[in-house]
Amino acid sequence: MNQENNSRRDFLLTGLMAAGIGVAAGCTTKSPFEDAAGSEVKASGKKVKLLSVDGEVIEVDEAFLKPVPHMPPVTKSEERIGIPGKKFVMVIDLSRCKNLKKCQAACNHAHDLNPGENWIKVDPMQAGPHTAPYWEPTTCMHCDEPPCVKVCPVDATFKREDGIVLIDSDRCIGCRFCMAACPYSTRVFNWGEPELSPEVAAQPYSSETSIPQKKGTVGKCDFCADMTRMGMLPHCVSACPNGVFAYGDLNEDSVTNGTETFRFSDLIKDKAGYRLLEDLGTKPSVYYLPPVSRNFPFESGLENDKTQNS
Amino acid sequence: MENSTIKEKIVKDMLPTDAAAIREEKIIQDLLPQRFGKWGYIWVGILVAICLVGMFAYYRQLRYGLAVTSMRDYASWGIYISNFVFFVAISLVGSLITAVFRLAGVHWSTPLTRIAEVIAVAAIIFASIIIIVDMGSPERFYFLVIYGRVQSPIIWDVIVITTYFFISILLLYYPLLPDIKILLRYKENAGKRLYKFYGFIGSFWKGTHKQYLLSKKAINVLCITIIPVAFSIHTVTSWLFATTYRPGWDSTNFGAYFIAGAFLVGAGAVVVAMYVFRKADHLEKYITEDHFEKMGRILVLLALLYLYFNVNEFLTPYFKMKESERAYLNGLFTGDFAPVFWFAILVGMIFPIIILLFKKGRKPLPVFIVGIMVVVGAWFKRYLIVTPTLLHPFLPMHDVPANYHHYFPSWEEWAITMGSLAGVCLVITVLTRIFPIIPIQETLNEQHETAK
Repeated sequence: MNQENNSRRDFLLTGLMAAGIGVAAGCTTKSPFEDAAGSEVKASGKKVKLLSVDGEVIEVDEAFLKPVPHMPPVTKSEERIGIPGKKFVMVIDLSRCKNLKKCQAACNHAHDLNPGENWIKVDPMQAGPHTAPYWEPTTCMHCDEPPCVKVCPVDATFKREDGIVLIDSDRCIGCRFCMAACPYSTRVFNWGEPELSPEVAAQPYSSETSIPQKKGTVGKCDFCADMTRMGMLPHCVSACPNGVFAYGDLNEDSVTNGTETFRFSDLIKDKAGYRLLEDLGTKPSVYYLPPVSRNFPFESGLENDKTQNS
Repeated sequence: MENSTIKEKIVKDMLPTDAAAIREEKIIQDLLPQRFGKWGYIWVGILVAICLVGMFAYYRQLRYGLAVTSMRDYASWGIYISNFVFFVAISLVGSLITAVFRLAGVHWSTPLTRIAEVIAVAAIIFASIIIIVDMGSPERFYFLVIYGRVQSPIIWDVIVITTYFFISILLLYYPLLPDIKILLRYKENAGKRLYKFYGFIGSFWKGTHKQYLLSKKAINVLCITIIPVAFSIHTVTSWLFATTYRPGWDSTNFGAYFIAGAFLVGAGAVVVAMYVFRKADHLEKYITEDHFEKMGRILVLLALLYLYFNVNEFLTPYFKMKESERAYLNGLFTGDFAPVFWFAILVGMIFPIIILLFKKGRKPLPVFIVGIMVVVGAWFKRYLIVTPTLLHPFLPMHDVPANYHHYFPSWEEWAITMGSLAGVCLVITVLTRIFPIIPIQETLNEQHETAK
């Protein structure tokens, strides 16, 4: 079993290396048989079988293989532009939420957040004395008129073409004006040095993964832009066992919670979807479905609430 | 001791002795900057000690991050920002006393102009310092220049505060030039290093008619430009709050409200400084009871104006009691913040108005006490502008550690804040040690005119 895994991994690795050779040969005028310093690489005599991009099996000397990273990293400017042609939206169905906080746990784990720091918060809401209480998970609203982006003095937080609002922690000066400007109080600050494993801390910062968080900079929900780029769902969406979150592309008019897929416009129309603090004109990308015909009583979430709020 | 021997020597040297010349000499001797006495050294020592404690606290903050403060995700701005607003407010007085009075042709304020300008310069320096202290990543301060977005009110603030700083420095410097010429005449009084410094910054000033006209013109230009810039610094500072949606900040009244408050606290600071310098440097002949009487009247006017804006700011929301503002307003009027709120309103505005309405209330000592009340009240008022709003967000404060729900500054925050306040006092003290606190040449000129 183990052996099998290893050989499969080796095969993939060598395949990628072959692709690396192809790219290197295509892009540079240099001979592909040179190392980084420019000197000719001597053939070692040991041949490796590879699958070429045309689907043929070829033999290459081991010495000519160059390692390439697992996936081409997204450049800073690509991170700022976003995924072309997309407009991401989220729908949160309040009738399904019982404050399990699986979304929060998955988010905190995926982004290596420190204890006490939550990008997703689940608030007990009650509009008036005789109205029904309900649980309301909040993420970053990824507003189309983002107050945080408007006030940022150094362009550290930005709005992408695909609707996602991200933070460049290498740019953030920690003035916290965005936190004051955000009416949804979604932004958190790294007041101290985040406790991270050495491997995580050593990574170069990416706005799409929001990892690693840095002391003296702002963090917040990033709609899991890295997962989205890979065509996968954000962690909160896939972690929720009750299908509270649905995520998708407004241009395709479809959102999914992983098991069910909905036509976004029908869902919003049928269930009277709305957005939070609509009167402020921030135009959020997160829609809420009202807590009607609920799957769970409000009280079922109370027990879980105590663990977080002492 | 030393002073009197110099005086004798000068009087002996001066031949023929002429009554006017002696009078002039007396004025100069009275107004020349004096060496620190025992109390001067104690005062400076205390200030330096407070600054050092503040610097140590800042070292800890740099090392461990803003985690050493009590600020957290909801109260994300605390007393640093209140203190910043306070300093910006105080610095506005430079433009009031110097520019507005000068342009209006008010002459009685001449002995107060330099006090006001020195306060303005010291306060604006520390406003800039404290805003850097508040930054989570101060090492990236230059990003404001290389990545600055003109759309952000912070950049507007950076631009106007820098402009104001330079205009204030120039407005302090130009009227100093004739005085430096006088200072250069009294080499023994200055000491070697100061003499060199005076020569460096002012030896080009010969006091010719041409130079005099040029300087007069420059000062006029500065006085006119500083007024809109001064209005801008505080209006833009108010916009840091008013451009957000939050209850208590979402107000169209904010610019004018801040300006009114700034004039009040600035005037308060000036009367406090007037009293202290009058006592410390024995300037009773130059800063007279009449000055306190007049500044008292100005303080009443400004306090009434600020009270008016406060009524505007709180009465109409209170009347409506919008749901989003209810908790915030109740917090101020009867809740957690009520003691500080009523302290700021009563001690910062209402009591000063009552005291100053009486003629006896406008004697030096009562005016001094009122000045302290105004300044202390104003500091707490700035705290009330910043923090209560942040602790009353639109969505409930939830899923955060319990200590995020409240804010009380940590010792590091207090130490840094006190350090910055001590720093302002220190800068004022040093500047008045180097330069005459009352413009000598202008006093002489006015003496001349009245003699005629």
